[in-house]
Amino acid sequence: MKSMTSHTLPCEVIDAIDRKIIIATQAGLPLTTRPYHLISEQLGIDALEVMRRLHNMQQKGIIRRIGAIPNHYAMGYKGNGMSVWDVPDEKIFELGQHIGALDYVSHCYQRPRHLPTWPYNLFVMVHGRDRDEVYDKVGEISSLLAENNRGHEVLFSTRILKKTGLRISP
Amino acid sequence: MDILDRTIINTLQEGFPICERPYAEVARQLGTSEQTLINRLQKLLDEGLLSRFGPMYHAERMGGALTLAAMRIPEKEFDTVSELVNSHPEVAHNYKRDHALNMWFVLATDSQERIDEVIAAIEMQTGHRVYNMPRQHEFYIGLRFRA
Repeated sequence: MKSMTSHTLPCEVIDAIDRKIIIATQAGLPLTTRPYHLISEQLGIDALEVMRRLHNMQQKGIIRRIGAIPNHYAMGYKGNGMSVWDVPDEKIFELGQHIGALDYVSHCYQRPRHLPTWPYNLFVMVHGRDRDEVYDKVGEISSLLAENNRGHEVLFSTRILKKTGLRISP
Repeated sequence: MDILDRTIINTLQEGFPICERPYAEVARQLGTSEQTLINRLQKLLDEGLLSRFGPMYHAERMGGALTLAAMRIPEKEFDTVSELVNSHPEVAHNYKRDHALNMWFVLATDSQERIDEVIAAIEMQTGHRVYNMPRQHEFYIGLRFRA
């Protein structure tokens, strides 16, 4: 189980060396036989120290994981809907864990309502081959939530206005 | 994509070792060679099937702040407002969505205070309200995209 309240998280402090390692790796890991040694040479930091720090950052959750991030659109998941749900606050923890564990859900977050404009408190990103498949899956979520679903919508993106990704600057 | 490409994508979504020859270690598990794995990864990145390969960092735990924000922009003003919003370097992604709240963007900053400042600046520049929707809980994520 992995869940947390972001505003009560202890703010993990990274030092100047961690920061250098983050900047050197945030665009990707080198595709060479000894990638951590290459970073070590670039930064002038001992290779074992680079590996120890990466390991520590992973333990602390500063690194979620090291691995491949598929471009889901290129892989054929052309339907990507942001489904938003109004569920009872007192049940959101239990419901969120249940919905977040579904294999077609990539993000599942509680966010604040803005009444009366925005009554939704649960955001669930749903992926499928096309919009119809997304709607089918949203129907499944609706059945799972049963009487706890007090209203929902699905928002599809119609245009990418900006996409630079998250980067910390040197 | 052949069977090896699919296996590489599926396996490497689960994690990657931290050791002297990590590609060799993964290649052994997959029954291929270190150089083949490296070449395939390069190809998958070049072809855009992978958008990235490496550590995924958690912005808030590095001391930064992240939020999702939405705006309701009349169609005739949309492009002008979009330019104003995108001109802030703190705006990482911005999507048009088919809803009354039709502009949705992610703000990434060094601090919580900076989030509030950028939102105030956008509201002043555009004359439209920003609905700030920071994440309050993140629930367990089961998804791996099967290749």
